[in-house]
Amino acid sequence: MENSDLVTALADLKEEEALKIVEEKLSAGEEPLKILEDVRRAMEIVGNRFANSEYFISDLLYSGEILKTITDMIKPKLAKAAKVKRLGKVVMGSVAGDIHDIGKNIVVFMLDVNGFEVYDLGVDVPAQKFVEKIKETGAPIVGLSGFLALAFDSMKQTIQAIKDAGLRDKVKVMIGGGQITEEIRKYTGADAYGKDAIAGVSLAKKWVGAE
Amino acid sequence: MEKKWEELSSDEKQEVLFQRWLSPPGIEFASPEAEKLYKERATRIKDAIQLKKLPDRVPVFLIPSFAPAFYAGMTPQEVMYDFDKVNMAWKKFYMDLQPDAHGGAVVPGPGRFFDILDFKLYKWPGHGMVAEHTYQCVEGEYMKADEYDALIQDPSNFFRSVYQPRIFGALEPFKKLAPLPDLAEMYGEAGSFVPYGLPDVQAAFKALLEAGSEALKWAGYMGAFGKEITELGFPAYQCAATKAPFDILGDTLRGTKGIMLDMYRQPDKLLQALDVITPLMIKIGVSATQGAGNPLVFIPLHKGADGFLSDKQFKTFYWPTLRKVLMGLIEEGVVPFCWAEGGFNSRLEVIRDLPKGKTAWLFDQIDIAKAKKMLGDIACIGGTMPIAMLTVGTPQQVKDHVKKCIDTAGKGGGYIMANGAFFDRVKWENLKAMVDFTKEYGVYK
Repeated sequence: MENSDLVTALADLKEEEALKIVEEKLSAGEEPLKILEDVRRAMEIVGNRFANSEYFISDLLYSGEILKTITDMIKPKLAKAAKVKRLGKVVMGSVAGDIHDIGKNIVVFMLDVNGFEVYDLGVDVPAQKFVEKIKETGAPIVGLSGFLALAFDSMKQTIQAIKDAGLRDKVKVMIGGGQITEEIRKYTGADAYGKDAIAGVSLAKKWVGAE
Repeated sequence: MEKKWEELSSDEKQEVLFQRWLSPPGIEFASPEAEKLYKERATRIKDAIQLKKLPDRVPVFLIPSFAPAFYAGMTPQEVMYDFDKVNMAWKKFYMDLQPDAHGGAVVPGPGRFFDILDFKLYKWPGHGMVAEHTYQCVEGEYMKADEYDALIQDPSNFFRSVYQPRIFGALEPFKKLAPLPDLAEMYGEAGSFVPYGLPDVQAAFKALLEAGSEALKWAGYMGAFGKEITELGFPAYQCAATKAPFDILGDTLRGTKGIMLDMYRQPDKLLQALDVITPLMIKIGVSATQGAGNPLVFIPLHKGADGFLSDKQFKTFYWPTLRKVLMGLIEEGVVPFCWAEGGFNSRLEVIRDLPKGKTAWLFDQIDIAKAKKMLGDIACIGGTMPIAMLTVGTPQQVKDHVKKCIDTAGKGGGYIMANGAFFDRVKWENLKAMVDFTKEYGVYK
């Protein structure tokens, strides 16, 4: 299928053009869900370009910003939330004591455009909050993010808390962040670590059997 | 007749600063051994940086965050609020481990100063963090997207009346202050002084005075630490810090997201603002070295790391003004000591456009063989000891890493062994292995 103008404009980060097309479509009475489908496809392209190193963090942040504007334009016209088939649920957060979130947000974004339903708990998340969210959602995947070296211990404690709650064999845990290595994965007891957001997506897909 | 400073070439200026650093005025060494150690260490670092003479061995630096506090069994909170403890902990750290240089004891900063000013930019122990954790920056847009003109037209006024009132809660009333260039020359023009009479502005000034006293007290302790540790035989690997203009705007003015969007939405304004900030960053570095008689100025690099910007964005927005800052410093004899956290593999080709023997680059996650190949003929490089390895690895793994780095990148000099990023709580035997083994294996024969 050939890409529509909107898909191309949004995937190429042509903000003004993309917004203009959305506006025209809305005033022409086009089905909002159809517009959203274009938007979803465009964001998928953005994600692929990021995975191929054609796009960078700057491009992702910008595309996210354009996406937000478009969603705000469409939302009032939506009768009910679009039902999208999701690959699986993921609970994500920056661990206790760490308030960094740029890396975590990129992983959330990439998981989302790749079809996952992500529960983002934010930053400085206590271990117990991860446990509660896993119980509440039944998510089979947990992502722990941390930028500081002190996050190694918080990750370890969070995984211990999951274990103590009797949930360890129900979830796969992945960790990530600037200073994370295979040694740190072993130290924390996580199932895997991702060098970057792309690796995080691959892990999640593998774990839900989508790849 | 001796030449005046302005008449010296940048080479000569660098040599003058290095000589003052090698024989620091006002320093009485604790012992002849301490003096000998100091001179050997400073000479070793100078030779590694200048690329003229082969050093006697590879220098080894430890560049800690709060590690000395943890090493001494103290919390970050304790050392932020007790200057005696800071000096005790940092001295113990350097004395026990014996790296080739010290970086001062400035990391904890004066906690009470931040309390008094109600600092909004960070969370720290007692203010959103527990005692055992370190301070962290709170991402935000402390400069709005539509404030570029205000910054460009009058940066000092912008920092005083817009930025500081946002990052310091106690200085919020300063947003009422009038710009300094007013018509005070005309008799009868007292209008611009009215804000100084307002009760809340006066309260802000009182907080400022109190904070100033605290900063002065802290500076006294830091000065005493610097003197003592120097007299014990450790040269300083930095006398001050400055930054890349893009990081100044991207770290805590526009924030990461803000500056990324500006590259698309208002690139011309962004470029103008970067130009305005550039000479200010040069001045910070130059005036510090003149005062301290130490040529090394620390430059932490953030948003230029691999992955943040495209190659084109790096070349358009990040590198040109960073290069101007580096060249402005080099011209005045300063040695920019760049600390590239994260990856920098995709930037090596661009940054090699610098004069030989004038900069040092410490890397975190880098292909060290490639870095040596790309930069080895123009700059001293180093770093790369992973924080993860120091935290959970073994002394043997650390030694293997040191060996690998020295084998690949130590050849012919121009290499400094150091940690790749700031560290807090690690295995102390690993630090010891890193320092001791570099001293053993890194000798040039």
